Amino acid sequence: MATDLLLFYLFGGVAVLASLLVVLRRNPMHSVLLLIVSFAALAALYITLGSPFAAVIQIIIYAGAIMVLFLFVVMLLNAHKEDEDLAAAPKGAAGPLRAGALLGVVLAVELVWALVKAGGTRDGALAAGASPDVTALGDVRELGRLLFTDYAFAFEVTSILIIVAMVGAVVLAKREI
Amino acid sequence: MIPLYIAQLGIILAVFGLLLVAAAIMVYSERKVAAIIQQRYGPYLVGPRGMLQPIADVIKLIFKETLRPKGADRVLFMLAPLISATAAFTAFAVVPFGAETDLFGLLEQPISLQVADVNVAVLVLFAITSVSVYGIVLAGWSSNSKYSLLGALRSASQMISYELSYGLTLASVLIVANSLSLTKIVNAQQGTWFGWMPAWFVFVQPLGFVIFMIAGVAETNRAPFDFPEAEQELVAGYHTEYSSTPFMMFFLAEYINMVTTAAVATDLFLGGWHGPWLPEYLGWIWFVAKMGAILFFYIWMRWTLPRLRYDQLMAFGWKVMLPLAALNLLVTAAGVIYFGY
Repeated sequence: MATDLLLFYLFGGVAVLASLLVVLRRNPMHSVLLLIVSFAALAALYITLGSPFAAVIQIIIYAGAIMVLFLFVVMLLNAHKEDEDLAAAPKGAAGPLRAGALLGVVLAVELVWALVKAGGTRDGALAAGASPDVTALGDVRELGRLLFTDYAFAFEVTSILIIVAMVGAVVLAKREI
Repeated sequence: MIPLYIAQLGIILAVFGLLLVAAAIMVYSERKVAAIIQQRYGPYLVGPRGMLQPIADVIKLIFKETLRPKGADRVLFMLAPLISATAAFTAFAVVPFGAETDLFGLLEQPISLQVADVNVAVLVLFAITSVSVYGIVLAGWSSNSKYSLLGALRSASQMISYELSYGLTLASVLIVANSLSLTKIVNAQQGTWFGWMPAWFVFVQPLGFVIFMIAGVAETNRAPFDFPEAEQELVAGYHTEYSSTPFMMFFLAEYINMVTTAAVATDLFLGGWHGPWLPEYLGWIWFVAKMGAILFFYIWMRWTLPRLRYDQLMAFGWKVMLPLAALNLLVTAAGVIYFGY
């Protein structure tokens, strides 16, 4: 158990540190890379929780596919360093900044509330509505069965959401279809 | 009796060393095969028949000056080749290349010839492939050069596009083998059909094999899909600004990736180390032979086919390869359900 705890603090620390640096670094390219580091640390946490499948999927989808697209955008737009942008920003930028700060506070409160309610234990998480089949995550076959039976509705709704987002992106990007 | 952990350490070191040797052999055979195809001699001065040429190449590269362009991102410029090389070496960790062996009684319990027998090996492989894009993209971006950037962009979009078909063919093999573990996939191809035909998945998944091979060429950025380094347009693509050891790392990564792709194709479609006539503990000879055949095919293709046009490549990837791979997956799934393979 001691190694488990040690690994948890190690990778948890890396994830938190990297996420903080994502926000604090001025260079957007570095931010993107640090976000990948954070994802990798999360994947390592999944492995210590006994779910290599979730870890690998985390790497494939987030680190491998989504972040490459992020990199693309940053590279193609040739994003400047942030302080230059802020200095050149019009006076109206204060409004969105305040809204963003407010959202951040709301998220932090929500997170603390969820943690307090769950009590930080497995039983607490179960009481708060988490699935009891957490062991199933280790077994791909069982995970697939759960996804297409018990969670079929959530699964289908998610796929519809993704399609809507895709159609929206195409409509926004192409004037004439 | 050798303890197990020493044997495992030995395998890790052996795989590392063998990959380096394999890369050297690949460099030599690429130059020699190219020479034969182009009706010239190729390297013949260093060592017998020029066989020590790769070593001479490496020594030359190490003694070159390491250049870094003005305005390049210092950290990322040095990190990029490291990512490429590390990803290339790591990918082979989950590839099994021989049956379980106890080294003629030297070991207490049999050990399988692979670094890590992960139960989601195929996905690990896919994950490492998708991460290896970063080496190239970062190299292109941090060099602060337009040729490098364009090469990196091409490489990234090409790898993303072909990764989809690659993943879908992997999935169809998984369905047939009913497992995510590469060792189990190889063992599912043991024996023969009708008494004479080897029970390889290439015969169940012929379309999957072809798609996998083509996607593999695109993933390793080789001709006829070598757009990231199209000389006529981009000088040398993403590694234009690299010299000395960092350049060597990209070079190494490219050849190791080829070896890994061939090894995975052997495991997935050609029955891995299973073959007639040889006893099980010599199965790795079959493995090397099959891998060598695929690698020769790659080299042959590079020096025979001209490079495509970039838009043709993307159209081919999205409009031909992806639908075919998806269809293959559907048909495979339906077949497995109906015939209960």
